[in-house]
Amino acid sequence: MLRYLSPLLFLAVLIIVFAKGLGPERNLNELPSPFLDKQAPKFDLPGLINPDEQISSSVYAGEVAIVNFWATWCGGCRQEHGFLMELSRKNEIPIYGIDWRDRRVEALNWLSQLGDPYRVSGFDADATTGIDWGVYGAPETFLIGKDGRLLHKHLGPLDRNTWETDFAPLIAAENGAQQ
Amino acid sequence: MSRLSAIALFLLVPWLAFGIDSGKAFDDPELQARYEAIIAEVRCVKCQNQTIKDSNALIANDLRREIRRLLAEGKSDVEVYAFLVERYGEFALYRPRMSGKTLVLWMAPGLFILLGGIFTARVVRGRMALPIDDDDIEVDEATG
Repeated sequence: MLRYLSPLLFLAVLIIVFAKGLGPERNLNELPSPFLDKQAPKFDLPGLINPDEQISSSVYAGEVAIVNFWATWCGGCRQEHGFLMELSRKNEIPIYGIDWRDRRVEALNWLSQLGDPYRVSGFDADATTGIDWGVYGAPETFLIGKDGRLLHKHLGPLDRNTWETDFAPLIAAENGAQQ
Repeated sequence: MSRLSAIALFLLVPWLAFGIDSGKAFDDPELQARYEAIIAEVRCVKCQNQTIKDSNALIANDLRREIRRLLAEGKSDVEVYAFLVERYGEFALYRPRMSGKTLVLWMAPGLFILLGGIFTARVVRGRMALPIDDDDIEVDEATG
């Protein structure tokens, strides 16, 4: 009996493994961040709006915040911009921007035309900070915990749906755990 | 004549190929050789089936620049790879380093050969124990 069942069992295991590995949720472009659950990288950049001002990652020390890498040449960034505006309007979470591989004039234009959802934006013209954060394609959004840990990284445009499923529970847990 | 000039024209086509890595080469040929060896081992994280040596994606360009900078600073190959893995994970290397996380990856081929070998040996030994004049159908029943 076992002799006939074991190939079937083997097949069942294979089907499960491949269904998991090749299922519709598979996204080959999305790499897990090596910083997940560890201290998120730091940055220290000239300001986008005021180049004389130096902006560092200590601006969000002690709070739950998101760091959003964006650029004016990036279609996904335009797509998510409305949602970032909504987050900022409703004061759901502090958003810090890093304008990545971009031109300052165009970035300033973008913010004045479409609105500025960021508390403050750093300007990373040559992508060195991007590399420190493991960024490889804008937009990328990093959720930072109160103690500076990386709680979640999202690749691609943000929307309400992703926010509610991937970000909101982590934010709630982070706020609940440390009150 | 026109055929000849057509051939001559086609011979010029390879000139259309252009260099991807437009960065300035190191003065030291040994350093340049190390640089070229490293970039052939690093995956372009945006275009995952290319090395950053072959890719002209923005990120590949940035990574080449960083690697060039690190080597110019006198960093060793190991340090350069560590820099990349720290930021992009083992996936950034075409040959991931041996570690707890990648042990399965490195061991899997040997493990599969071993399992296959054991399986084959068992089947063969089982069949060898049978009388030679049995036909296949009976063999199946006999070993069951």
